[in-house]
Amino acid sequence: MWAFFHRLGSPKWFYDISGKWLPWFGGLAVLTLATGIVWALLYAPADYQQGNSFRIIYIHVPAAILAQSCFMMMAVAGAIGLIWKMKLADMFVKAAAPVGASFTFLALFTGAVWGKPTWGTWWVWDARLTAMLILLFLYFGVIALQAAIEDFSVAAKASAVLALVGLVNIPIIKYSVEWWNTLHQPATFKLTEKPAMPAEMWVPLLVMVIGFYSFFAVVILLRTRNEILERERRTRWVKDIVLSKVK
Amino acid sequence: MNPKRKQRLILVLFLVFGFAAVVGLMLVALKENINLFYSPSQIVNGEAPEGARIRVGGMVVNGSVSRDNQSLLVSFQLTDYKSTVAVQYSGILPDLFREGQGIVAMGKVSGRGLLVADEVLAKHDEKYMPPEVSDALKKAGKQEDGSDIIPAQSSEK
Repeated sequence: MWAFFHRLGSPKWFYDISGKWLPWFGGLAVLTLATGIVWALLYAPADYQQGNSFRIIYIHVPAAILAQSCFMMMAVAGAIGLIWKMKLADMFVKAAAPVGASFTFLALFTGAVWGKPTWGTWWVWDARLTAMLILLFLYFGVIALQAAIEDFSVAAKASAVLALVGLVNIPIIKYSVEWWNTLHQPATFKLTEKPAMPAEMWVPLLVMVIGFYSFFAVVILLRTRNEILERERRTRWVKDIVLSKVK
Repeated sequence: MNPKRKQRLILVLFLVFGFAAVVGLMLVALKENINLFYSPSQIVNGEAPEGARIRVGGMVVNGSVSRDNQSLLVSFQLTDYKSTVAVQYSGILPDLFREGQGIVAMGKVSGRGLLVADEVLAKHDEKYMPPEVSDALKKAGKQEDGSDIIPAQSSEK
Protein backbone atom coordinates (compact mmCIF):
# COMPACT_ATOMS: atom_id res chain seq x y z
CA MET A 1 0.00 0.00 0.00
CA TRP A 2 2.72 2.44 1.04
CA ALA A 3 4.86 1.32 -1.89
CA PHE A 4 1.98 2.18 -4.24
CA PHE A 5 1.52 5.54 -2.54
CA HIS A 6 5.21 6.33 -2.87
CA ARG A 7 5.29 5.35 -6.52
CA LEU A 8 2.37 7.71 -7.13
CA GLY A 9 4.88 10.42 -6.31
CA SER A 10 6.57 9.73 -9.63
CA PRO A 11 4.74 11.29 -12.58
CA LYS A 12 6.66 9.09 -15.02
CA TRP A 13 5.52 5.91 -13.29
CA PHE A 14 1.91 7.14 -13.32
CA TYR A 15 2.16 8.13 -16.98
CA ASP A 16 3.30 4.64 -17.91
CA ILE A 17 0.75 2.74 -15.83
CA SER A 18 -2.22 4.98 -16.69
CA GLY A 19 -1.51 4.36 -20.38
CA LYS A 20 -2.17 0.69 -19.69
CA TRP A 21 -5.38 1.44 -17.74
CA LEU A 22 -6.88 3.73 -20.37
CA PRO A 23 -8.15 1.14 -22.91
CA TRP A 24 -9.81 -0.87 -20.12
CA PHE A 25 -11.70 2.10 -18.71
CA GLY A 26 -12.50 3.28 -22.24
CA GLY A 27 -13.92 -0.09 -23.24
CA LEU A 28 -15.93 -0.37 -20.03
CA ALA A 29 -17.29 3.17 -20.51
CA VAL A 30 -18.42 2.52 -24.10
CA LEU A 31 -19.93 -0.82 -23.16
CA THR A 32 -21.85 0.32 -20.07
CA LEU A 33 -22.97 3.68 -21.45
CA ALA A 34 -24.28 2.11 -24.68
CA THR A 35 -26.13 -0.71 -22.86
CA GLY A 36 -27.33 1.64 -20.14
CA ILE A 37 -28.78 4.26 -22.49
CA VAL A 38 -30.57 1.76 -24.75
CA TRP A 39 -31.90 -0.15 -21.75
CA ALA A 40 -32.97 3.01 -19.92
CA LEU A 41 -34.63 4.77 -22.84
CA LEU A 42 -36.25 1.82 -24.62
CA TYR A 43 -36.78 -1.07 -22.23
CA ALA A 44 -37.18 0.32 -18.71
CA PRO A 45 -40.87 0.82 -17.84
CA ALA A 46 -42.37 4.32 -17.65
CA ASP A 47 -43.33 5.75 -14.27
CA TYR A 48 -46.96 5.58 -13.11
CA GLN A 49 -47.15 9.34 -12.44
CA GLN A 50 -44.52 11.04 -14.55
CA GLY A 51 -44.70 8.82 -17.62
CA ASN A 52 -41.60 8.98 -19.78
CA SER A 53 -40.19 12.22 -18.38
CA PHE A 54 -38.81 10.26 -15.42
CA ARG A 55 -36.22 8.72 -17.77
CA ILE A 56 -34.08 11.82 -17.32
CA ILE A 57 -33.14 10.23 -13.98
CA TYR A 58 -30.74 8.00 -15.93
CA ILE A 59 -28.61 11.06 -16.73
CA HIS A 60 -29.47 13.26 -13.76
CA VAL A 61 -28.64 10.88 -10.92
CA PRO A 62 -25.28 9.60 -12.28
CA ALA A 63 -24.23 13.19 -13.10
CA ALA A 64 -25.14 14.37 -9.61
CA ILE A 65 -23.31 11.44 -7.98
CA LEU A 66 -20.21 12.11 -10.08
CA ALA A 67 -20.33 15.86 -9.39
CA GLN A 68 -20.15 15.19 -5.66
CA SER A 69 -17.65 12.33 -5.66
CA CYS A 70 -15.38 14.30 -8.00
CA PHE A 71 -15.31 17.14 -5.47
CA MET A 72 -14.53 14.72 -2.64
CA MET A 73 -11.66 13.24 -4.67
CA MET A 74 -10.36 16.75 -5.35
CA ALA A 75 -10.42 17.55 -1.63
CA VAL A 76 -8.57 14.33 -0.75
CA ALA A 77 -6.02 14.98 -3.50
CA GLY A 78 -5.71 18.58 -2.32
CA ALA A 79 -4.99 17.38 1.23
CA ILE A 80 -2.36 14.93 -0.05
CA GLY A 81 -0.82 17.73 -2.11
CA LEU A 82 -0.71 20.05 0.89
CA ILE A 83 0.63 17.53 3.40
CA TRP A 84 2.94 15.29 1.35
CA LYS A 85 3.72 17.80 -1.43
CA MET A 86 2.85 15.22 -4.06
CA LYS A 87 2.94 16.82 -7.50
CA LEU A 88 0.61 14.26 -9.03
CA ALA A 89 -2.13 15.10 -6.52
CA ASP A 90 -1.92 18.77 -7.49
CA MET A 91 -2.17 17.84 -11.15
CA PHE A 92 -5.24 15.72 -10.41
CA VAL A 93 -6.99 18.69 -8.76
CA LYS A 94 -6.33 20.86 -11.79
CA ALA A 95 -7.45 18.13 -14.20
CA ALA A 96 -10.60 17.26 -12.27
CA ALA A 97 -12.11 20.71 -11.66
CA PRO A 98 -13.52 21.38 -15.18
CA VAL A 99 -14.80 17.79 -15.41
CA GLY A 100 -16.59 18.05 -12.08
CA ALA A 101 -18.02 21.42 -13.08
CA SER A 102 -19.43 19.86 -16.26
CA PHE A 103 -21.12 17.08 -14.33
CA THR A 104 -22.57 19.58 -11.86
CA PHE A 105 -23.92 21.68 -14.70
CA LEU A 106 -25.38 18.58 -16.35
CA ALA A 107 -27.13 17.60 -13.10
CA LEU A 108 -28.54 21.13 -12.65
CA PHE A 109 -29.63 21.34 -16.29
CA THR A 110 -31.33 17.93 -16.45
CA GLY A 111 -32.96 18.68 -13.10
CA ALA A 112 -34.40 21.92 -14.47
CA VAL A 113 -35.69 20.20 -17.61
CA TRP A 114 -37.35 17.55 -15.46
CA GLY A 115 -38.62 20.08 -12.92
CA LYS A 116 -40.59 22.08 -15.48
CA PRO A 117 -43.14 19.35 -16.35
CA THR A 118 -43.07 17.63 -12.96
CA TRP A 119 -43.00 20.44 -10.42
CA GLY A 120 -44.21 23.22 -12.69
CA THR A 121 -41.02 25.29 -12.44
CA TRP A 122 -37.50 25.29 -13.86
CA TRP A 123 -35.89 26.46 -10.67
CA VAL A 124 -36.79 26.96 -7.04
CA TRP A 125 -34.48 28.20 -4.31
CA ASP A 126 -34.79 25.16 -2.09
CA ALA A 127 -31.89 23.83 -0.05
CA ARG A 128 -30.91 20.97 -2.39
CA LEU A 129 -30.88 23.03 -5.58
CA THR A 130 -29.10 25.97 -3.97
CA ALA A 131 -26.42 23.75 -2.40
CA MET A 132 -25.83 22.16 -5.80
CA LEU A 133 -25.47 25.62 -7.38
CA ILE A 134 -22.90 26.49 -4.69
CA LEU A 135 -21.00 23.33 -5.67
CA LEU A 136 -20.88 24.62 -9.26
CA PHE A 137 -19.49 27.95 -8.04
CA LEU A 138 -16.89 26.13 -5.92
CA TYR A 139 -15.73 24.32 -9.05
CA PHE A 140 -15.63 27.66 -10.86
CA GLY A 141 -13.53 29.00 -7.98
CA VAL A 142 -10.96 26.22 -8.35
CA ILE A 143 -10.84 26.71 -12.14
CA ALA A 144 -10.42 30.47 -11.70
CA LEU A 145 -7.63 30.05 -9.14
CA GLN A 146 -5.78 27.68 -11.46
CA ALA A 147 -6.16 30.12 -14.34
CA ALA A 148 -5.29 33.25 -12.39
CA ILE A 149 -2.17 32.15 -10.51
CA GLU A 150 0.87 31.72 -12.68
CA ASP A 151 3.06 29.88 -10.18
CA PHE A 152 2.08 26.22 -10.21
CA SER A 153 2.70 25.35 -6.58
CA VAL A 154 0.92 28.48 -5.31
CA ALA A 155 -2.09 27.77 -7.54
CA ALA A 156 -2.13 24.18 -6.29
CA LYS A 157 -2.07 25.32 -2.66
CA ALA A 158 -4.87 27.83 -3.18
CA SER A 159 -7.10 25.32 -5.00
CA ALA A 160 -6.43 22.64 -2.39
CA VAL A 161 -7.53 25.00 0.39
CA LEU A 162 -10.69 25.94 -1.54
CA ALA A 163 -11.47 22.25 -2.21
CA LEU A 164 -11.00 21.40 1.49
CA VAL A 165 -13.14 24.32 2.63
CA GLY A 166 -15.79 23.52 0.04
CA LEU A 167 -15.92 19.93 1.26
CA VAL A 168 -18.41 21.06 3.91
CA ASN A 169 -20.94 21.56 1.13
CA ILE A 170 -21.05 17.84 0.24
CA PRO A 171 -22.90 16.61 3.37
CA ILE A 172 -25.15 19.67 3.06
CA ILE A 173 -26.14 18.59 -0.45
CA LYS A 174 -26.66 15.02 0.68
CA TYR A 175 -28.75 15.73 3.77
CA SER A 176 -30.49 18.93 2.63
CA VAL A 177 -33.60 16.94 1.71
CA GLU A 178 -33.78 15.50 5.22
CA TRP A 179 -32.83 18.52 7.31
CA TRP A 180 -35.20 21.00 5.69
CA ASN A 181 -38.48 21.12 3.80
CA THR A 182 -37.43 21.05 0.16
CA LEU A 183 -39.24 20.68 -3.12
CA HIS A 184 -36.65 18.11 -4.17
CA GLN A 185 -37.68 14.63 -3.07
CA PRO A 186 -35.55 12.59 -0.63
CA ALA A 187 -33.09 10.00 -1.94
CA THR A 188 -34.62 6.99 -3.68
CA PHE A 189 -31.54 4.91 -2.94
CA LYS A 190 -30.27 4.40 0.58
CA LEU A 191 -27.57 2.05 1.73
CA THR A 192 -29.69 0.72 4.56
CA GLU A 193 -33.04 0.17 2.84
CA LYS A 194 -34.12 -1.44 -0.36
CA PRO A 195 -34.65 1.12 -3.15
CA ALA A 196 -38.07 2.74 -3.58
CA MET A 197 -38.00 1.60 -7.18
CA PRO A 198 -38.41 -1.81 -8.83
CA ALA A 199 -35.34 -3.65 -10.16
CA GLU A 200 -36.27 -3.20 -13.83
CA MET A 201 -35.89 0.54 -13.22
CA TRP A 202 -32.81 0.68 -11.00
CA VAL A 203 -30.62 -1.91 -12.73
CA PRO A 204 -30.20 0.25 -15.85
CA LEU A 205 -29.54 3.19 -13.53
CA LEU A 206 -26.76 1.22 -11.85
CA VAL A 207 -25.31 0.42 -15.29
CA MET A 208 -25.40 4.14 -16.13
CA VAL A 209 -23.66 5.04 -12.86
CA ILE A 210 -20.86 2.55 -13.62
CA GLY A 211 -20.69 3.98 -17.14
CA PHE A 212 -20.40 7.55 -15.84
CA TYR A 213 -17.63 6.52 -13.42
CA SER A 214 -15.67 4.79 -16.20
CA PHE A 215 -16.13 7.78 -18.50
CA PHE A 216 -14.95 10.03 -15.67
CA ALA A 217 -11.88 7.81 -15.19
CA VAL A 218 -11.03 8.03 -18.89
CA VAL A 219 -11.36 11.81 -19.02
CA ILE A 220 -9.41 12.35 -15.79
CA LEU A 221 -6.60 10.03 -16.85
CA LEU A 222 -6.30 11.78 -20.22
CA ARG A 223 -6.30 15.23 -18.66
CA THR A 224 -3.83 14.25 -15.92
CA ARG A 225 -1.50 12.70 -18.49
CA ASN A 226 -1.59 15.91 -20.52
CA GLU A 227 -0.82 17.86 -17.38
CA ILE A 228 2.14 15.55 -16.62
CA LEU A 229 3.57 15.99 -20.12
CA GLU A 230 3.23 19.74 -19.96
CA ARG A 231 4.87 20.10 -16.57
CA GLU A 232 7.60 17.54 -17.06
CA ARG A 233 8.41 18.74 -20.55
CA ARG A 234 12.00 19.51 -19.62
CA THR A 235 12.73 16.00 -18.37
CA ARG A 236 14.57 13.36 -20.33
CA TRP A 237 11.71 10.81 -20.46
CA VAL A 238 9.14 13.24 -21.86
CA LYS A 239 11.59 14.36 -24.54
CA ASP A 240 12.15 10.70 -25.43
CA ILE A 241 8.38 10.11 -25.78
CA VAL A 242 7.95 13.16 -27.98
CA LEU A 243 10.92 12.22 -30.17
CA SER A 244 9.65 8.66 -30.59
CA LYS A 245 6.24 10.03 -31.69
CA VAL A 246 7.83 12.42 -34.19
CA LYS A 247 9.90 9.74 -35.91
CA MET B 1 5.38 10.62 9.72
CA ASN B 2 7.89 13.39 9.95
CA PRO B 3 6.99 16.33 12.22
CA LYS B 4 6.60 18.81 9.36
CA ARG B 5 4.03 16.65 7.58
CA LYS B 6 2.29 15.98 10.85
CA GLN B 7 2.01 19.71 11.44
CA ARG B 8 0.53 20.23 7.97
CA LEU B 9 -1.89 17.33 8.51
CA ILE B 10 -3.10 18.93 11.74
CA LEU B 11 -3.47 22.25 9.93
CA VAL B 12 -5.56 20.65 7.15
CA LEU B 13 -7.79 18.84 9.66
CA PHE B 14 -8.20 22.06 11.59
CA LEU B 15 -9.17 23.89 8.39
CA VAL B 16 -11.77 21.28 7.37
CA PHE B 17 -13.37 20.77 10.76
CA GLY B 18 -13.14 24.40 11.79
CA PHE B 19 -14.87 25.53 8.64
CA ALA B 20 -17.46 22.75 8.96
CA ALA B 21 -18.23 23.92 12.49
CA VAL B 22 -18.65 27.53 11.31
CA VAL B 23 -21.01 26.54 8.51
CA GLY B 24 -22.84 24.14 10.80
CA LEU B 25 -23.52 26.85 13.35
CA MET B 26 -24.69 29.21 10.61
CA LEU B 27 -27.11 26.62 9.27
CA VAL B 28 -28.50 25.96 12.74
CA ALA B 29 -29.02 29.69 13.19
CA LEU B 30 -30.77 29.95 9.83
CA LYS B 31 -32.69 26.70 10.20
CA GLU B 32 -36.16 28.14 9.84
CA ASN B 33 -35.24 30.40 6.93
CA ILE B 34 -33.87 27.57 4.82
CA ASN B 35 -37.14 25.65 4.86
CA LEU B 36 -38.80 26.07 1.51
CA PHE B 37 -42.32 25.96 2.87
CA TYR B 38 -44.45 26.03 6.01
CA SER B 39 -46.65 23.11 6.99
CA PRO B 40 -50.42 23.64 7.45
CA SER B 41 -49.95 23.13 11.22
CA GLN B 42 -47.52 26.06 11.34
CA ILE B 43 -50.03 28.26 9.49
CA VAL B 44 -52.85 27.29 11.80
CA ASN B 45 -50.66 27.88 14.86
CA GLY B 46 -49.82 31.33 13.54
CA GLU B 47 -46.10 30.64 13.08
CA ALA B 48 -46.15 31.97 9.53
CA PRO B 49 -46.13 35.74 9.01
CA GLU B 50 -49.50 37.07 7.88
CA GLY B 51 -49.62 39.23 4.77
CA ALA B 52 -46.17 38.16 3.58
CA ARG B 53 -45.63 35.89 0.59
CA ILE B 54 -44.98 32.41 1.92
CA ARG B 55 -45.07 28.84 0.70
CA VAL B 56 -47.22 26.10 2.19
CA GLY B 57 -46.55 22.44 1.52
CA GLY B 58 -48.88 19.51 2.13
CA MET B 59 -51.08 16.84 0.60
CA VAL B 60 -54.17 17.79 -1.40
CA VAL B 61 -57.15 16.48 0.57
CA ASN B 62 -59.14 13.82 -1.30
CA GLY B 63 -62.38 15.23 -2.70
CA SER B 64 -61.55 18.83 -1.80
CA VAL B 65 -60.65 20.11 -5.30
CA SER B 66 -63.36 22.26 -6.87
CA ARG B 67 -62.95 24.11 -10.15
CA ASP B 68 -64.81 27.19 -11.27
CA ASN B 69 -66.65 26.65 -14.57
CA GLN B 70 -66.07 30.16 -15.88
CA SER B 71 -62.40 30.73 -15.04
CA LEU B 72 -59.20 28.97 -14.08
CA LEU B 73 -60.00 29.40 -10.39
CA VAL B 74 -59.34 26.26 -8.36
CA SER B 75 -59.81 25.81 -4.67
CA PHE B 76 -58.63 22.89 -2.61
CA GLN B 77 -57.43 21.99 0.85
CA LEU B 78 -53.90 21.15 1.95
CA THR B 79 -53.21 18.95 4.93
CA ASP B 80 -50.29 17.52 6.87
CA TYR B 81 -52.72 15.11 8.57
CA LYS B 82 -52.80 17.35 11.65
CA SER B 83 -54.20 20.63 10.35
CA THR B 84 -55.75 21.75 7.10
CA VAL B 85 -55.41 24.96 5.12
CA ALA B 86 -57.75 26.10 2.31
CA VAL B 87 -56.02 27.31 -0.86
CA GLN B 88 -57.33 29.35 -3.77
CA TYR B 89 -55.40 29.45 -7.01
CA SER B 90 -56.05 30.87 -10.41
CA GLY B 91 -53.86 29.49 -13.17
CA ILE B 92 -52.56 26.35 -14.81
CA LEU B 93 -51.70 23.50 -12.49
CA PRO B 94 -48.67 21.22 -13.02
CA ASP B 95 -49.19 17.75 -14.53
CA LEU B 96 -48.67 15.99 -11.26
CA PHE B 97 -51.37 17.98 -9.42
CA ARG B 98 -54.06 15.61 -8.19
CA GLU B 99 -55.87 14.67 -5.04
CA GLY B 100 -53.62 12.92 -2.56
CA GLN B 101 -50.52 14.44 -4.18
CA GLY B 102 -47.99 16.51 -2.26
CA ILE B 103 -47.79 20.09 -3.51
CA VAL B 104 -46.26 23.43 -2.55
CA ALA B 105 -48.37 26.58 -2.99
CA MET B 106 -46.95 30.10 -2.82
CA GLY B 107 -49.07 33.07 -1.88
CA LYS B 108 -50.40 35.20 0.95
CA VAL B 109 -52.36 34.03 3.95
CA SER B 110 -55.46 36.16 4.32
CA GLY B 111 -56.65 35.41 7.84
CA ARG B 112 -58.47 32.27 9.07
CA GLY B 113 -56.13 29.95 7.22
CA LEU B 114 -57.02 30.78 3.63
CA LEU B 115 -54.03 30.94 1.31
CA VAL B 116 -54.46 32.92 -1.90
CA ALA B 117 -51.82 31.29 -4.10
CA ASP B 118 -50.19 32.68 -7.21
CA GLU B 119 -47.95 29.68 -7.83
CA VAL B 120 -48.57 25.97 -7.33
CA LEU B 121 -45.72 23.44 -7.61
CA ALA B 122 -46.16 19.68 -7.47
CA LYS B 123 -43.86 17.84 -5.09
CA HIS B 124 -42.74 14.48 -6.30
CA ASP B 125 -41.87 11.73 -3.81
CA GLU B 126 -38.90 9.39 -4.06
CA LYS B 127 -40.96 6.42 -5.22
CA TYR B 128 -41.02 5.23 -8.80
CA MET B 129 -42.98 2.34 -10.26
CA PRO B 130 -44.33 1.15 -13.59
CA PRO B 131 -48.03 1.97 -14.25
CA GLU B 132 -49.04 -1.70 -14.23
CA VAL B 133 -47.74 -2.10 -10.69
CA SER B 134 -49.65 0.93 -9.43
CA ASP B 135 -52.86 -0.32 -11.14
CA ALA B 136 -52.46 -3.71 -9.49
CA LEU B 137 -51.94 -2.02 -6.12
CA LYS B 138 -55.07 0.09 -6.58
CA LYS B 139 -57.10 -3.03 -7.42
CA ALA B 140 -55.89 -4.62 -4.24
CA GLY B 141 -57.02 -1.51 -2.34
CA LYS B 142 -53.53 -0.42 -1.42
CA GLN B 143 -51.80 2.90 -1.75
CA GLU B 144 -48.51 3.25 -3.59
CA ASP B 145 -46.56 2.89 -0.37
CA GLY B 146 -48.38 -0.35 0.44
CA SER B 147 -50.67 1.03 3.15
CA ASP B 148 -54.44 0.68 2.88
CA ILE B 149 -56.24 3.42 0.99
CA ILE B 150 -59.10 4.15 3.40
CA PRO B 151 -57.45 5.78 6.44
CA ALA B 152 -55.28 8.61 5.15
CA GLN B 153 -52.62 8.27 7.80
CA SER B 154 -49.37 8.02 5.85
CA SER B 155 -47.05 10.87 6.62
CA GLU B 156 -46.07 13.50 4.08
CA LYS B 157 -43.33 12.46 1.69
